[in-house]
Amino acid sequence: MIRRRTLIASGGAGLLLSGCDRVIAQPQVRDIIFKGEDMHRALQRALMNRDALAPEFTPDQRSPYFRTNGTRDPGTAEYNALRAGRFADWRLQVDGLVARPLTLSLTDLGQFPQRAQITRHDCVEGWSAIGKWQGPKLGDVLKQAGVRDAARFVVFTCADLYGGAPYYESVDMVDAFHPQTILAWAMNDRFLDVGHGAPCRLRVERHLGYKHAKYLMRVTAVDSLAGIGKGQGGYWEDNVDYDWYAGI
Amino acid sequence: MDASPITKPASGPVTIRRHALATRVWHWINALAIFILIGSGLGISNAHPRLYWGRYGANFDPAWATLPRFPAWVTIPQNYNLAISRRWHLFFALVLAFGLLGYMIASLANRHFQRDLRLRAKDLSPVHLAADVRAHLQFKFHDEAHPGAYNPLQKLSYAGVVFVALPLVILTGLAMSPGMDAAWPWLLELFGGRQSARSIHFITMAAITAFVVVHLVLVILAGWRRELWSMISGRWRVAAIERGVPDDADARAEAVR
Repeated sequence: MIRRRTLIASGGAGLLLSGCDRVIAQPQVRDIIFKGEDMHRALQRALMNRDALAPEFTPDQRSPYFRTNGTRDPGTAEYNALRAGRFADWRLQVDGLVARPLTLSLTDLGQFPQRAQITRHDCVEGWSAIGKWQGPKLGDVLKQAGVRDAARFVVFTCADLYGGAPYYESVDMVDAFHPQTILAWAMNDRFLDVGHGAPCRLRVERHLGYKHAKYLMRVTAVDSLAGIGKGQGGYWEDNVDYDWYAGI
Repeated sequence: MDASPITKPASGPVTIRRHALATRVWHWINALAIFILIGSGLGISNAHPRLYWGRYGANFDPAWATLPRFPAWVTIPQNYNLAISRRWHLFFALVLAFGLLGYMIASLANRHFQRDLRLRAKDLSPVHLAADVRAHLQFKFHDEAHPGAYNPLQKLSYAGVVFVALPLVILTGLAMSPGMDAAWPWLLELFGGRQSARSIHFITMAAITAFVVVHLVLVILAGWRRELWSMISGRWRVAAIERGVPDDADARAEAVR
């Protein structure tokens, strides 16, 4: 008797679970569930100072091996040429809503005041790795470019292609000017390797890994994310519904 | 059927008020939230089914547990989709956390906690607990003299879920958020690092799942129609009730006949 009831109960649970799939297929329900991202962002921003720092670690707390993920080698002709020249010809474009567009080499990035930080990288999948990153603060670069007040987001365009289009990501001005947001060209006291985004990647430490765009080519200040990609602010946000606010 | 001579004659069947509105509303909202959080959480687990202790942990680090791949019939959504599992999970995480907060405030105000869940010294005495275990094994779940009161094992498990497991699963969930780690760095100190928090989150989920299974089995054994109806209407029909028993659980049991 109990067995039959248990069977009915678990069958019911299965139906309820598949019911969730049918329910979220309704646009109205989907909109409500997807509002969770905005609620978390509002709550987190209310609970933390604008410049609250992500935890930093000591050198002995680093992961012995820092795994790679996403693109491990862009492999395009352009990237291969830059790589063959040890990135001497690589230039980072800083443009968009700025008074003075910049074209920066690795040497130029080294001229800015540097920030080094040992932080934890959290992948959306669940794993974490701790490593040391070094580079100029994005905020200093944007200031030098004379970013305009109208700018609300900063968009990062990368050398690696997904479905023929460059990987891209974006952050708002709070994260763009956060003291730990850097354009990292060194990892664990060496030049960034190809697997981790050579020659330069974003570190935006209060967010999950997919926000930390690798293989940076262009930094663009914009007033809206509409019209860029599919308008959701990043490759994964556009194509598989990842949260744009990845502090969760 | 040896009626002791001192026992006062019992009145006929009566209906007592068993669950306050706040308890019932929270129970059902929370039941839905727990159900969706477990299903979507198992979907998220499938993205990286390894558990670690400490601050970091990835494929090349030693895992203390390698989890099975949870099959489609227990995950939300059914087919692996990390983004949608996370959307469900993070929305209902808010329902769980703020629901628990609201229920706690209401239950302090209406004295549900103080009256029904407070463990008295005698509840925890070995003799009492052993007697309660024996009663459970005989499928006797309610003290006929105090039909509205929870038995000691019930109090222990409800208090364990409300005051330990749910707060723990919420705080370990927060500790996994890179944003919250900047806002509240003490979360990481509390659990010994993000990957430890993730492991404790999973273990607590397993404990909550075990509670839900036992809870449902006991509801069925205790008479699911009557139990279910009491959590919907708040009313509970009991065979008989003694009057004038000096127990606050009975004192509030308004006989409404």
